[in-house]
Amino acid sequence: MKTTEEIYNILVEQFGEEGLELRPDEVVAPVIVVAPENIQKVAKYLRDGEDLLFDYMMCLSGVHYQKEEQLAVTYHLNSTSLKHKVILKVIMPQDDARVPTVEQVWKTADWHEREAFDMFGIQFEGHPDHRRILCPDDWEGHPLRKDYKVQEFYRGMKVEY
Amino acid sequence: MLEYLETIFPSEALAILAFSFIPLTIILIYALFAIWLERKVSAHMQGRLGPMRVGGWHGWAQTIADLLKMIQKEDIVPANADRFLFKMAPFIAFAASYGAFVAIPLSSEFLGSHFDVGIFYIIAITSILSLSIIMAGWASNNKWSLLGAMRTAAQTVSYEVPVIATILSVITVTGTLNLMEVTELQSGNAFLGFLPNWMIFHSPFMVIAFVLFFIAMLAEAHRVPFDLPESESELVGGYQTEYSGMRWGIFMLTEYADMLLLSLVAATLFFGGWNSPFGSFMDGPVWGAFWMLLKGMIFVFIMMWLRWTLPRLRVDQLMNLCWKYLIPLSFVNLVLIALWEMIF
Amino acid sequence: MTTVKQKAPEVSLSPPVEAGNGLKTQEMVVNMGPQHPSTHGVLRVELTLDGEIVVAAKPHIGYLHRCFEKHSEEMNDYTKVIPYVDRMDYVAAMNNEHGFAVAMERMMDIQVNDRVEYIRIIMAELQRIASHLLALGTFGLDIGAFTPFLHCFIHREKILDIFEKASGARLLYNYIWVGGLMNDVPPDFKKDTHEFVKYFRPQIKELNDLLSYNKIFVDRTANVGVLPGKVAINYGVSGPSLRGSGVKWDLRRDDPYSIYDRFDFDVIVGDGSMGTLGDCWDRYMVRVWEMEESLKIIEQALDQMPDEGDVHESLPKKIRPPAGEIYDRTETPRGELGYYIISDKKSSPYRIKARAPSFVNLSVVPAISIGAMVADMVAIIGSVDIVLGEVDR
Repeated sequence: MKTTEEIYNILVEQFGEEGLELRPDEVVAPVIVVAPENIQKVAKYLRDGEDLLFDYMMCLSGVHYQKEEQLAVTYHLNSTSLKHKVILKVIMPQDDARVPTVEQVWKTADWHEREAFDMFGIQFEGHPDHRRILCPDDWEGHPLRKDYKVQEFYRGMKVEY
Repeated sequence: MLEYLETIFPSEALAILAFSFIPLTIILIYALFAIWLERKVSAHMQGRLGPMRVGGWHGWAQTIADLLKMIQKEDIVPANADRFLFKMAPFIAFAASYGAFVAIPLSSEFLGSHFDVGIFYIIAITSILSLSIIMAGWASNNKWSLLGAMRTAAQTVSYEVPVIATILSVITVTGTLNLMEVTELQSGNAFLGFLPNWMIFHSPFMVIAFVLFFIAMLAEAHRVPFDLPESESELVGGYQTEYSGMRWGIFMLTEYADMLLLSLVAATLFFGGWNSPFGSFMDGPVWGAFWMLLKGMIFVFIMMWLRWTLPRLRVDQLMNLCWKYLIPLSFVNLVLIALWEMIF
Repeated sequence: MTTVKQKAPEVSLSPPVEAGNGLKTQEMVVNMGPQHPSTHGVLRVELTLDGEIVVAAKPHIGYLHRCFEKHSEEMNDYTKVIPYVDRMDYVAAMNNEHGFAVAMERMMDIQVNDRVEYIRIIMAELQRIASHLLALGTFGLDIGAFTPFLHCFIHREKILDIFEKASGARLLYNYIWVGGLMNDVPPDFKKDTHEFVKYFRPQIKELNDLLSYNKIFVDRTANVGVLPGKVAINYGVSGPSLRGSGVKWDLRRDDPYSIYDRFDFDVIVGDGSMGTLGDCWDRYMVRVWEMEESLKIIEQALDQMPDEGDVHESLPKKIRPPAGEIYDRTETPRGELGYYIISDKKSSPYRIKARAPSFVNLSVVPAISIGAMVADMVAIIGSVDIVLGEVDR
């Protein structure tokens, strides 16, 4: 069982300090912030690394920080054998939100990333089936963003109830 | 029966027409009763009550109410369907089922036509049922109906072989295909003094033949566990998906008529037909009809009982059962019965 | 309203294959749903069939998307989120509320008293039995056995009667609140629950006699939809579907929340006794035996439950969690339900994400249904036990 600080140290040892940041004072649990271009190799190492073995992705969510004008993707990971958890975050500017996909590492991410794209407009590079999942395919806009305005007409029907 | 009718009606043609309506009336009244019975049987097995209000006592008029509702429904034909085939299919299905009733003796005085190939004719004409189902599935212009129709065709055609083989086992003993003569051969008490002279008591292999016949009969009548053609939870309705209102009503009628037909065939071949089980007590032309219908209804009840108990078989398991188990068993059984007949 | 002509979507099929005698065969694309008796809600599965064999299965969801995550951001109060959370998995509403309450209480550092905890556990376990009864009944219905479905619903009615006496509603309760409960249980709650436990134990045996070991049922479900354990973990599957593949992972044991560590119960794992490990029959049997384990927990909880305690003791006057985020998870009848809650000290959440177990479990269906027949698709979807309210939220 490792704490987030220990996991951060192992990652820094493997990949160097660049692109990794630890935020130890978050409420409720500390978070490791990863730069978008590093997420794939960090994810793979977390899954396969000897003391880490994060084989189970609990959740992948998009977040829109409106005040800082950033979009973020939060990864919650868990290990079924070693029983520890870690939280990763990838933060991007809200106008250019692109992050490589981790679908090859955990297949759970397949549908979760499609939902993050649908709700926030985050582009996941390399995703095999990059389309909306909950809204209809020709819907305009990304509903869970804070600045979302619902469209007036959809296929000739008035949307506002 | 025909002679009596000829004395009433002015011309022979009218008398024959009236005569042919008698089985139709029996089928219609039976269908009204059987649908109500199925709902009651299923309800009591599932811990609920079934129809209780329509008509007063235990909802006996429920089917009549449903019939009135169905007649009033809009006649919908799907947009790109083959209109002629779509409309013909239910009627051909019912005609096939109804046409087989001509060869079944309902009592010692009532037989539609005394021809010598009775049972063979019944098997032949019920094959037209599978033709009408394919028509219905194809003409509906719906992939699910087509799937259902193809499964049905495979099922019906395959299960005719065990039906024929088990019927042959009875025919080897009776020596005649005419069902009236088969029934007459089963009158009187011959076994052990008190058991009636029915085919099923003839030899232990007859019991096996009857069991195999009953299973194959369930498959022919599209009842659970073989009800893939209309499996409600998989194909929404199979070949019946696009039918509504009275057209669907005719398909339902055909299914129940088929059930009755096959039950009556089982009763005739194995259980003595219109002979009373008590020998000469309660025997006679009218009593004969009563016994025949009672035996038919008992088998119909067993079919309903099985429907609400067992799950359904998958297509390949169904074909497996037919070709790998029922057919070899029924042919071996045929040989054994023939041997028994020779020895005893 | 104007009708809009829509172009038929482009479908890519493999080219027709020569089958001899100048005939060609081609794969067929069929839509199962959204209106279909067996897809447990509005789910559309696009099947590519080669005759009767499934070559590819693609689920399309979103027909029941009600966007509760956006709604809860607009609410002025965290307590108003509880009815929304109820309606996600409408079959197991108590467990949804329990999960939300546990997450919020951990974030705000609230301790509830023992009486509240025990009542919550009993409600959650009764709800687990009710949900499994529905899952087993509808699974039997999909396979073609009509009667066990109604018997299961008779037992479920008794549980719903207990819930109605406690909370006023049969299906969507709004009962478990952050910091306590809506109100205390009625005085005959203990007696009713004892009676139910005594009544229900022999019914599990009857269900087994009628359905579980029936040869036709076993033939339809064994060796169908085999899900290996490692694949399941990679896909994020949880709950009875994961345990049916032999992986001993139950959040009540491995990541305990509430007071589950005070109870003695087994974690049921599939064993592949009727076919391959991880097939539909294993997932089905895990649910049947889990009902027995829930009965054990309920009995122990009824014995240990204190008779005194105010259920409104720890209810906060106004729910204002500190700024920050939390992800906490509980074990619902369908698997791991997680809530990712971000708060910015206002009275309504900044972001709530519900990680629904059925959403993740459904994503494994395309992988395990290759090579199955159309009739098996129904069995596979039924054994994974999804509720569309959760999948779409």
